[in-house]
Amino acid sequence: MITRTDLSLATYCLRLGDDALVMSHRFGEWVTYAPQIEEDVALANIGLDLLGQARALLTRSGELAAGDGPAATEDDLAYWRDERAFTNVHLVEQPRGDFADVTVRLLWFAAYQHALYAALTDHPDPTLGGVAAKAVKEVAYHLDHATQWVLRLGDGTAESHRRAQDAVAAVAPYVDELFTDDELVTDLADAGLAVLPSSLRAGVQSVVTAVLLQATLTPVTPTWHARGGRAGVHSESMGPMLAVMQHLARSHPGASW
Amino acid sequence: MSQQLPGRDVVLNAAETGAVEAAAATTHRGPHTDVAVDLTQFEALIAADQRIEPRDVMPEAYRRSLVRQIAQHAHSEIIGMQPEGAWISRAPSLRRKAILMAKVQDEAGHGLYLYSAAETLGVSRDDLLDQLHEGRQRYSSIFNYPTLTWADMGAIGWLVDGAAIMNQVPLCRCSYGPYARAVIRVCKEESFHQRQGFEILWTLARGTDAQRAMAQDAVDRWWWPALMMFGPPDDESTHSAQSMAWGIKRFSNDELRQRFVDITVPQAQRIGLTLPDADLALDEESGHWRFGEIDWSEFERVLRGDGPCNATRVAHRRAAHEDGAWVREAAAAYAAKQRVQEPAA
Ligand SMILES: [Fe+2]
Ligand SMILES: [Fe+2]
Repeated sequence: MITRTDLSLATYCLRLGDDALVMSHRFGEWVTYAPQIEEDVALANIGLDLLGQARALLTRSGELAAGDGPAATEDDLAYWRDERAFTNVHLVEQPRGDFADVTVRLLWFAAYQHALYAALTDHPDPTLGGVAAKAVKEVAYHLDHATQWVLRLGDGTAESHRRAQDAVAAVAPYVDELFTDDELVTDLADAGLAVLPSSLRAGVQSVVTAVLLQATLTPVTPTWHARGGRAGVHSESMGPMLAVMQHLARSHPGASW
Repeated sequence: MSQQLPGRDVVLNAAETGAVEAAAATTHRGPHTDVAVDLTQFEALIAADQRIEPRDVMPEAYRRSLVRQIAQHAHSEIIGMQPEGAWISRAPSLRRKAILMAKVQDEAGHGLYLYSAAETLGVSRDDLLDQLHEGRQRYSSIFNYPTLTWADMGAIGWLVDGAAIMNQVPLCRCSYGPYARAVIRVCKEESFHQRQGFEILWTLARGTDAQRAMAQDAVDRWWWPALMMFGPPDDESTHSAQSMAWGIKRFSNDELRQRFVDITVPQAQRIGLTLPDADLALDEESGHWRFGEIDWSEFERVLRGDGPCNATRVAHRRAAHEDGAWVREAAAAYAAKQRVQEPAA
């Protein structure tokens, strides 16, 4: 028997896993395009960490949703769901942009993931708690890496400052969605099985704001907000990304690789 | 056809024969206090099969030859990221995606080790990259072929990394210490690259008809270019004799090519794919696999720049470098500001 809580927890794992998977995919797109070879290594490294998190979270989601039946695998979930079934936030699906875009996006996302995973390390589900305990160390490095680069870009040359400031403005509309609660997560949080996204907002915002100010950048209040990712309503950049990611697997139904 | 993927007990490539470890054990010569003043010591060290270190006096031609070779090796690692990097976004399973991303990341790391080794000879990485971008230094021609299907990830890992390992294991005993040590680090990671390629093809060969066809097509396209990776035949190789005398090169092009064929043919049989050479036959007497004529006109054509991807590989590299210029300038400007702010120690 599958309980309602198991199903909710499966969806919760799927959300976190989709965030990590899609962000990882975008980092994979950077490899061979980085401004220096060290950064090809670093961006691939971050992408690999995120992919590892995604694989564990998707696998757990499949198990929880299956009960005693056959579980959907990480690949079933990554390659055979359509766009409307993906539950990631818009922030992670945005196209590559320039190096300032990826850096500022990572600053927000790593700060968010760090707060989130830190709060999930003693989760009653041992798999989720285990993923969080490992991932919190990985994302601490991502946060540090993003911080170092935001400082260099913000306080580097006039051009890098301008590009970094543009990136701060470009990412601003996508931040709010990270901290938006809905019924599913509120119910889970009430049962001690999830972290309420809104509870992370103040802490994450203060981490990011401190970095931006030190980098001589100005935080930006957006005029609009992306919303709907958790319900599978994405931006137009999501479709082409999934087309690339999924086409080979879908061209060979039933094949092993 | 065996259904059991060979484990670690089966040696698949030259990095798994113990040669890398043996070279690693001898590559560090103790600190020597006597400063060389003429080439007598260089010659004595070469004669005794000892390592030359950056502080040693060395002939200018030796230094130049090493710069050329190490730079070409480093460039190959970096350019070699492109044909596989293009498939990270399309990898057909998350496990494969992770392995491929890790492999391409390794190649970037190899580039870094090797540029550092080159820098011990008094050149800068920036200069070497400029020469790559301007077409004044080469990289391995193999990367001028396109990756058309997923099976190419298998063929590259198995054949291209396999051939690279065969070329590089002897370099672990190269007379120039920093290069030898860099190559030891490289070789330790390469074995995984070759194995994951073997495993991709092994899996495809046991998959659907379409997967099997994909695997065979990839091997058909990569086999001959992989054999060309060992360079021209011995009687036409320009740098070989001097490199041998200097202890940079240990085996001839043809010797290494033959070893590669000998180790690879049984693996192709194990995978269950056919190598595209009707003349391939075991010479019972010598135990060597005899192979057909290599089309050296193709090799020379691609080397001259007339290969399918020569232009795009360099253009891609140059674009990444130019697009990233503002980032590197920002990092330099920021570092300079930090130095000014820090009180002088
Ligand atoms: Fe390599
Ligand atoms: Fe490799």
